[in-house]
Amino acid sequence: MSGLILTALVILVFIVIYQIARAAEYVNIIRGEEETVSKKTNKTLAWILLLFFFVGMWGVYEAHIHLAPLYLPEAASEQGLKYESMMLTTLYITGGVFVITQALLFWFSFRYQAKEGKKPLFYSHNNTLEIVWTTIPALTLMVLVAIGLRNWNQMTGKAPEDALEVQVVGKQFNFIVRYPGPDGVFGKTNFRLINDANNVLGLDWSDPASKDDIIIENGEVHIINGRNVKFIINSRDVLHNLALPHFRMKMDAVPGITTTMWLTPRISTAKMKEITGNPDFVYEIPCSEMCGNGHYSMKGTVVVEENEEDFNKWLSGQKSYYSLHHDTETAAEAPAPAASTDTAAVAEDVVAKN
Amino acid sequence: MSNDATLVHAHDAHGHHDGHHEHHKQHFITKYIFSQDHKMIGKQYLVTGIIWAIIGALFSVFFRLQIGFPESSFPIMEQFLGEWAKGGKLSPEFYYALVTMHGTILVFFVLTAGLSGTFSNFLIPLQIGARDMASPFMNMLSYWFFFVSSVVMLASLFISTGPAAGGWTTYPPLSALKEASLGSGLGMDLWLISMILFIISQVLGGLNYVTTILNMRTNGMKMTRMPLTIWSFFFTAVLGLLSFPVLVSAVVLLLFDRHAGTSFYLSEIFIEGKALSHIGGSPILYQHLFWFLGHPEVYIVMLPGMGMASEILSNHSRKPIFGYLAMIISLIGITSLALVVWAHHMFVSGMSPFLGSVFVLLTLLIAIPSAIKVFNWLTTIWRGSIRFTVPMVFAIGFVSVFISGGLTGIWLGNSALDIHLHDTYFVVAHFHLVMGVSAFFGMFAGVYHWFPKMFGRFMNNTLGYIHFFVTIISAYLIFWPMHYAGLAGMPRRYYDYTEWATYSPYSGMNAFISVVAVIAFFGQLLFVFNFFISMFRGRKVTNPNPWGSTTLEWTTPILPEHGNWDGPIPEVHRWPYDYRDDAETGKDYIPQNVPLRPGETEH
Repeated sequence: MSGLILTALVILVFIVIYQIARAAEYVNIIRGEEETVSKKTNKTLAWILLLFFFVGMWGVYEAHIHLAPLYLPEAASEQGLKYESMMLTTLYITGGVFVITQALLFWFSFRYQAKEGKKPLFYSHNNTLEIVWTTIPALTLMVLVAIGLRNWNQMTGKAPEDALEVQVVGKQFNFIVRYPGPDGVFGKTNFRLINDANNVLGLDWSDPASKDDIIIENGEVHIINGRNVKFIINSRDVLHNLALPHFRMKMDAVPGITTTMWLTPRISTAKMKEITGNPDFVYEIPCSEMCGNGHYSMKGTVVVEENEEDFNKWLSGQKSYYSLHHDTETAAEAPAPAASTDTAAVAEDVVAKN
Repeated sequence: MSNDATLVHAHDAHGHHDGHHEHHKQHFITKYIFSQDHKMIGKQYLVTGIIWAIIGALFSVFFRLQIGFPESSFPIMEQFLGEWAKGGKLSPEFYYALVTMHGTILVFFVLTAGLSGTFSNFLIPLQIGARDMASPFMNMLSYWFFFVSSVVMLASLFISTGPAAGGWTTYPPLSALKEASLGSGLGMDLWLISMILFIISQVLGGLNYVTTILNMRTNGMKMTRMPLTIWSFFFTAVLGLLSFPVLVSAVVLLLFDRHAGTSFYLSEIFIEGKALSHIGGSPILYQHLFWFLGHPEVYIVMLPGMGMASEILSNHSRKPIFGYLAMIISLIGITSLALVVWAHHMFVSGMSPFLGSVFVLLTLLIAIPSAIKVFNWLTTIWRGSIRFTVPMVFAIGFVSVFISGGLTGIWLGNSALDIHLHDTYFVVAHFHLVMGVSAFFGMFAGVYHWFPKMFGRFMNNTLGYIHFFVTIISAYLIFWPMHYAGLAGMPRRYYDYTEWATYSPYSGMNAFISVVAVIAFFGQLLFVFNFFISMFRGRKVTNPNPWGSTTLEWTTPILPEHGNWDGPIPEVHRWPYDYRDDAETGKDYIPQNVPLRPGETEH
């Protein structure tokens, strides 16, 4: 009902506006102004458009004042620093072009409004001009492409040999993290062995390397300040994306295909808490590829440890996934719990506590 | 010569041979419904497009309310959406369905069918001097395939599992597995079937546009005497013909994966407690196939607006378009590059980084023809005599928004920046400005400009001006702030940001945007109101050439019958932008059908 009333109200308002507008137009016609636009209207519009330009530029400034402070803290990775510098270069170039072209557009509109006795210039082409404004953008773009490709090749190139390796697997709707354990080798996995109760990544226990693998099921990734880290990214079901906005990096998680991403963290979580003045600061990982109903709540976190020592201390506190589930193997061999991920997660906790 | 058409309108279809045409009474059904008159088909596309636009925009209002006010409930939403918005609170399932349908509807049904469907149909025969399309019957089929496709899509809104909900790109595996999302059930099948029908419609239409432009131009209408509108419709159709069929293949393979147990896109998937048997497929293959259409699609949406803006800027500045040839060359550049840049949507998909760098180069090259166009438009109005008619202000708005949205393309096309900006609000802001708002501005400019030719009446100017300022102000207020959120990496397609420490500070901005979006929506309803009321009550056109235009459509009677010209088709003697004083008529323009004056050399 309220929908109907609203619709009726909107239509009524439109009719009122329309009748007023119509009356105004007929006045012009009665006055005998046959042109498509009356002189008065033309002048008014020229002024309004000019005003729109200035108010618009003021709006750009206002938006900046209000929204720039909400920007991320300084980039937490070396790659992020490159991104920031390239972003600023691009901003200055495109920002300059933006202001100049918009200014010309609205200035010309105002300056060359139709006026009595003023003839337009018949000016159909000028090859020199065309060449100038083909060459200048082309050269500018080449500079941007050069900067871009240099950064791109560095960012997506082969990860350094010494990089810490971490696997992150996306699933509806959380991230699962795996470390290779003391042997430094990730055990084989097979998606057919996946079981939400006791083998969330489908580790193949026949591979000895899998026995010491450590799995963090709450999606908390620990990495080390200053040490390159290589993420080995997979998905269990649909596409996901491991996005690290504070590090200015991201990469899709694709089922059936392994993708990688590496970066060099430069600010530890503790340091970032100081920088932001926020004792609760966390590096959040927002899933950035549409993955279903829970997409908006698919969250992981990154903890950047101050140094290797802190990292090793944390890591030694983690038990291997095998050991967590091995001593309860009989329980694990029981039929898998109900299909729902939530109940499976609960069951998992129970198993883990056993 | 179309034989199909002879069944119904023998003399119409033959008309352009002998210039013979006579008025005759048509049945309501052949005149208004199963019409083979290109003008009526154009209007059918337009009205269908407007209806879809209202639905698509309304959806955006619903999901904007959710993003802007995640803690509130809006009982009015329950009135529209029923179970999907129980107690006025949108469910995540339907939020994603709305986002998906908003994209699908606006990109395909409004800005493809509603835009090039309307104006290609309406303007091509009128501006090149033909009595109708090459095949009026195929043209009619094109509309009716679109109509059936619309019905299928509309039906998917009402089924119990809801319409497709995997985003307008419908990436598998999400869209392939009914276990993955509610919208990947029957809704997804209907979406795929609707898309196939839609593509058939576009191919039928496109073949007609290309054939008509190449073969049916009137005497003297050389390719280089065609208005830029026709050039842009031509390249739009070419792009559609080359890329739409690829989407069919993507869609058919997806249907196979869904129902025939194939593994084109699926591999190693564990979902809902069980491992699926699919092995060896690649979701990235779908992305390649999809974007092979998806990117040209952006230009299918953009080019008609560019063409119409060129025409309108020139006409209402009383000055020839600057660099006619450069405009055509840049259209050719955009069209060819459009086909080889698709993978810039996939920089972080897992595609080879080397391939990525090739696409960076090709993508940024597109900025060059785009820049040429902008500079040419600016020079066109420079030292003109500008009449701020409603179409003109929309054309100026088109250029403004095209610049604003286009420049951020330079950011996103550069892969090293795209890594961070990919799938954030920066992308949302970019493409809404450049292909959403600016294509709409081109479309609005076109509607206001050619409405007198369509219906023999003017649209109301005052309402038009209000519509313009409401639209451009709200467009900037909505999309400008989004850049800031996107720079901070705020992901798209989130139902709720309150749980995110990084993005909850943007809640005020989101609420602001949502309020403006509601205002913008009512602003568009004002246009719809103006459109329909002006059809019946608008000021009548008395001058057959109200804008003082040079092109052929204004040499027809005010309301042309099927066949367009009462007498013989006019011959063309000059280029379409002769906006200069004509000593013989005392007017400031010389129409294309006027022979060269003694001593005059052709432009």
